[in-house]
Amino acid sequence: MRRTRWWILALLALTLLLVACSKTAPQNTMNPHGPTAQTEKNLLVLVLWPAAAVFLVVEGGILLISIRLRHRKDRDRMPPQIHGNTRLEIGWTIAPAIVLAVIMVPTVSTIWQLARQPADAMQITVEGYQWWWGFRYTDPDMAVNYGDHDAIVTADVLVIPTGRTIDLSLTSLGGGAHSTAGVPDHQVIHSFWAPQLFGKQDVIPGETNHIVFSADDPGIYSGQCAEFCGLQHGKMKFRIRALDEADWQRWVANEKSPSVQPNDGLAQQGMDLFLGVNGVGGQCIQCHAVGGTDAAGTAAPNLTHFAAATHECFAGCDFESFLNGNPNAADLKAWLADPNAVKLGAKMPDYGLTEQQIDALVAYLYSLT
Amino acid sequence: MATAASVPAPRGIIRRPTATTGWLSWFTTIDHKKIGLLYGFSAFAFFIIGGLEALLIRAQLAKPDNTLLNADQYNQIFTMHGLTMIFLFVMPMSAAFFNYMIPLMIGARDVAFPRLNAFSYWVFLLGGLFLYSSWFLGGAPNGGWFGYPPNSTTDPTIGMTFYALGLIITGLASSAGAINLAVTVVNMRAPGMTLFRMPVFVWMGLVVQFLLVFALPIITVALFEMLFDRRWGTHFFDPTAGGRPLLWQNLFWLFAHPEVYILILPAFGIISEILPVFSRKPLFGYQFVVFSGIAIGFIGFGVWAHHMFAVGLGPVANTAFGITTAIIAVPTGIKIFNWMGTMYGGDIHFDTPMLMAVGAVAMFVIGGLSGVTHAVVPSDYQQTDTYYVVAHFHYVLFGGAVFGLFGGVFYWWPKIFARQLDERWGKVQFWIMLIGFNLTFGPMHILGLGGMIRREYTYPASLGLTFWNQVSTVGAYLIALSTLVFVVNAVKTQRTAKGLANEDPWDARTLEWTTSCPPPVYNFEEIPVVHSIDEFWHRKYAEDKEGRLIRVPAGASDHAAADGHGGAIHLPTPSFWPLIAAVGLPTIAYGVLYSWWLVGAGALVTVIGFMGWAMEPPVAE
Repeated sequence: MRRTRWWILALLALTLLLVACSKTAPQNTMNPHGPTAQTEKNLLVLVLWPAAAVFLVVEGGILLISIRLRHRKDRDRMPPQIHGNTRLEIGWTIAPAIVLAVIMVPTVSTIWQLARQPADAMQITVEGYQWWWGFRYTDPDMAVNYGDHDAIVTADVLVIPTGRTIDLSLTSLGGGAHSTAGVPDHQVIHSFWAPQLFGKQDVIPGETNHIVFSADDPGIYSGQCAEFCGLQHGKMKFRIRALDEADWQRWVANEKSPSVQPNDGLAQQGMDLFLGVNGVGGQCIQCHAVGGTDAAGTAAPNLTHFAAATHECFAGCDFESFLNGNPNAADLKAWLADPNAVKLGAKMPDYGLTEQQIDALVAYLYSLT
Repeated sequence: MATAASVPAPRGIIRRPTATTGWLSWFTTIDHKKIGLLYGFSAFAFFIIGGLEALLIRAQLAKPDNTLLNADQYNQIFTMHGLTMIFLFVMPMSAAFFNYMIPLMIGARDVAFPRLNAFSYWVFLLGGLFLYSSWFLGGAPNGGWFGYPPNSTTDPTIGMTFYALGLIITGLASSAGAINLAVTVVNMRAPGMTLFRMPVFVWMGLVVQFLLVFALPIITVALFEMLFDRRWGTHFFDPTAGGRPLLWQNLFWLFAHPEVYILILPAFGIISEILPVFSRKPLFGYQFVVFSGIAIGFIGFGVWAHHMFAVGLGPVANTAFGITTAIIAVPTGIKIFNWMGTMYGGDIHFDTPMLMAVGAVAMFVIGGLSGVTHAVVPSDYQQTDTYYVVAHFHYVLFGGAVFGLFGGVFYWWPKIFARQLDERWGKVQFWIMLIGFNLTFGPMHILGLGGMIRREYTYPASLGLTFWNQVSTVGAYLIALSTLVFVVNAVKTQRTAKGLANEDPWDARTLEWTTSCPPPVYNFEEIPVVHSIDEFWHRKYAEDKEGRLIRVPAGASDHAAADGHGGAIHLPTPSFWPLIAAVGLPTIAYGVLYSWWLVGAGALVTVIGFMGWAMEPPVAE
């Protein structure tokens, strides 16, 4: 009887489980917001039915046999010595095989369906670094309107138009401050995953994988690297921001334009320090790029529109860029003071900046809307 | 010794030890039972260590943004937890049972190569200690038990070099042990013990040894390539120089998927022994159980890429491996149904071994069902690398293997120690373990579906994962409590006087119970002659005219009368050489890390060890 009670408890837990899979969990795979994730979820649900049936038959059977046939002191009997039943055994070999074959039909067709890459999809390259994500909008109409008219490049937040089919090309780059002569030294495997929009695909050095997806509704979708990629694997996060058409056009126009020139004194100082124009500073541009300036490094996040409202988080989305709409200067200061102290292993070195220098850099970065 | 003049007697470098008792005898023993015990105790010690690592992991994940462990410590601990539980606990614990029980169950006096057996054990132990010495020499492996390059090959700390070397060493131990046990089963069976009269545990043992023999060379090649990349700058896995990271993944999983069956089949074997004994019925469909085990062994080599559905192998490969993965569920399902058939109609005695075995079946089913969802490739794009997978393989390997192994411990304890573990404490342990286990790993399904990735050292509160992580942590500490109950039970039991009122306490069915508890060094006074499956059962029970079983009076069985073929008992003498040869291997490994001189010294020790071994006289002079 204790076993029965235990199973009732387990059932209760199961119910609780379903309740707890609430809509507030931003990485809940069971709450999809796009066709790719929806297809994947549907398939899981489809399999859960036969799985639940097998679960009930087998576990119920074991339980029933255990209770009904347990030895009792007042009943000393020697059971008949049955060695098997070939027909029965062939039956329970074939029956599961048929169920599995049936399951594999939609499975296989979905594998091929998800592998399709529509020609008219919007092309974005996803670049995995240790430990942050970069995004490169490679469609010709997404080139910036200054300099060499390169692609729009952002970091940490992937901004997309709602409803458009996107074809992501996944590449692994890496190295941070340790890269030499353009050869990144720490190209490792990552995996790109935004649970509410699409299942994961690995990001492998030397290979290019694809994810095709779209978002049904405007909103923010949380994601992170899913393949162990070293020290800060746990904090290699990103967000996908789906914008409606009007917001999308505004965002594209802003991203296409070069960075704004700061007009307040402190931010101006920060810019000088960033670019090293007065013989002081200038380390930033070895790795970072700021569109429209001399800063053109590619080993670290592109900061052209660091302070745009859509750039909600920085350093692998470990830190919020804004708190209640205001610049989150505190975290950025701590980061600049010693990146390794706030994120162990971060590739950005500690440049021994003075507090005044940090204030100037923070002012400059938050002027880059 | 008149003939000695013409045939020179082999001369040993050192005198062969003869003591079979005393502390020194444990270092020189080549008795499969003592080696089995050494395996068992060492593996259990590693189980405790791996368990403590698990508790640290769960403590770190008990609340969001926890800082109990930093990223570096966490990565080392989860890597060592996996390595320990797989290579230093479940594999050697299975080896312990195989070593102790296979010769007894097939009616042999020892394994085929007793000194090689000792060598396997020492190499395993020293390999494990070598791996653990990394904590004190610059940091433990930190790239996961799967050790994916380029992360593992470019990591600047020394840990993953220890990983490559340590696994090569423990792999050597497993290879030697596997060949030994396979030859034992093939060649050393008692008269009449045909392959299809062997207990299923022996069958599963045979399948596992073949899996080991074929799977270990693959990982060894991969580990050497990793070692070369790390230590000598080769580029097997370096994409910037034309290497391919995916090469490792294919090699690794081509080993590591059969490895899953290496870990679970021993427990399947134990379950297949326990269920008939405690249901008082023969195993339902012996041939189906055996052949499904063999089928699992074969198909197990054809499913490796289901660990790689998200790496972009393309729809053809994903389709093929999705289908093979579904196929392997069929033989696994056969076993489950046959076990239910065994229990059905029985008179089921729920002593602790039976509780553990039934628990293992019930928990494994859950792991098997979540395994089928992995075969559904697009759904796996979501679940792979999340806690859903962690839940899945713990249901298989803890729910299946660990429960099964504990069943074996309780079942064979009287055989080995001539004492019976306390049943009440055993049942307490079982229920705490069952509840703790489900609390720990059940919620991980929800966590995985809720978007919690594996191997992250912390998670933010905003993901809504906190509650189930807390439940899981509570469960982990319950498992720890159940283990403590077992330790107390074992210690208390061993303090009681030796001796069993009944040397066949479970009314068992197989040969190991025909000899005394514990068995004498030579196992059987006379080698038994086998007439059927469940030989021992048929010596105890005969059928009357209506087909009912009646007990045969002791000594009246005509089976037993046929035993023995008059030969004298020959047992090999203990030896120092396996230990000496084994010591050289980690010495070579340290040499690879620190100095070529040490490599030379280690190689010399191993060569001398093998030479001395080869030249040793067969018995003490």
